[in-house]
Amino acid sequence: MAQVIVVTSGKGGVGKTTSSAAIATGLAQRGKKTVVIDFDVGLRNLDLIMGVERRVVFDIVNVVQGEAKLSQALIKDKRVPGLSILPASQTRDKDALTKEGVQAIIEELSQEFDYIVCDSPAGIEKGALMSLYFADQAIVVTNPEVSSVRDSDRILGVLQSKSKRAEEKKEPVKQHLLLTRYDAARVERGEMLKLEDVLEILAIPLLGVIPESESVLKASNAGNPVIMDTESQAGQAYSDAVSRFLGEERPHRFLDVEKKKGLLGRLFGGRAA
Amino acid sequence: MSWLNFFRKERETNGTAATAKDRLQVIISHERVSRTKDDFLPKLQQELVQVVARYVSIDPGKVQVNLERGGDFSTLAIDIELPGPAGKAA
Repeated sequence: MAQVIVVTSGKGGVGKTTSSAAIATGLAQRGKKTVVIDFDVGLRNLDLIMGVERRVVFDIVNVVQGEAKLSQALIKDKRVPGLSILPASQTRDKDALTKEGVQAIIEELSQEFDYIVCDSPAGIEKGALMSLYFADQAIVVTNPEVSSVRDSDRILGVLQSKSKRAEEKKEPVKQHLLLTRYDAARVERGEMLKLEDVLEILAIPLLGVIPESESVLKASNAGNPVIMDTESQAGQAYSDAVSRFLGEERPHRFLDVEKKKGLLGRLFGGRAA
Repeated sequence: MSWLNFFRKERETNGTAATAKDRLQVIISHERVSRTKDDFLPKLQQELVQVVARYVSIDPGKVQVNLERGGDFSTLAIDIELPGPAGKAA
């Protein structure tokens, strides 16, 4: 039976799709057969971040409505073996998804894959509820910023009351915090909520902290999941997070400001990756 | 000394993260409680108006219910405008 992971946040623009792409790619790189599903029906973007936008033929709505087979809609990643993408529809709306339809897709994917990563749309409407309903685990993507933290707390409440596990009174959805866009310099100046503050408020286990990094935009420009950029701090932080997700111990990195470079370092060191 | 204070003050005013944390702790603790029960304020306002209207004629539009959520305690303030002596009594 596959593990279903929802990547969610409530708030938009905090890095759900970037994180879904990175984590799904990381799991596949470690030999786990992984499929990542875009639940943002009407605002498809996972295909762009994964760099497969030109290969989309059918989407999740076609499969739910019986217009295409699941195997026809799945796009196999050409870089990482064992990684597939199920795109969202760009033309339909979120009501095209039904609980029964999504359940059938997840059951069929469970036969073939070890992990099913569900990239949630923003909000707490139908699309978001569909993406989290079948989850065994949830990765809550949060920025160190008041509205993101509040929305994360709200989505934690939704996971605890509206998921299948909650409705059937089973063991609750396992929750993980992924703090993204963390700027150690601003934290040090007291301008940004620090990791400890966010952990104290949300009170869920920490999966990882992804530093604010120029490499995230570069990766999305190119359509490469940022975890493949092994030089960048963000890529390394995602890689650590995936290892932790699989039960390995990894120290948290990039939480403090790097030591000031000397004059030569400043001249030749370039910008932070 | 005074120029040192200047820098110290500047640092403190930059420290908005502490304000963010305090505000979040208060609002989230309130929202967690209200998650499990319905918002009672509209019904409270409606019932209050009914009780007061038994004794005084009031305009239901001139009833203000204000709630200030705090960390240790919250304040519920209810403002009901009563008609003046010249007002038309029912």
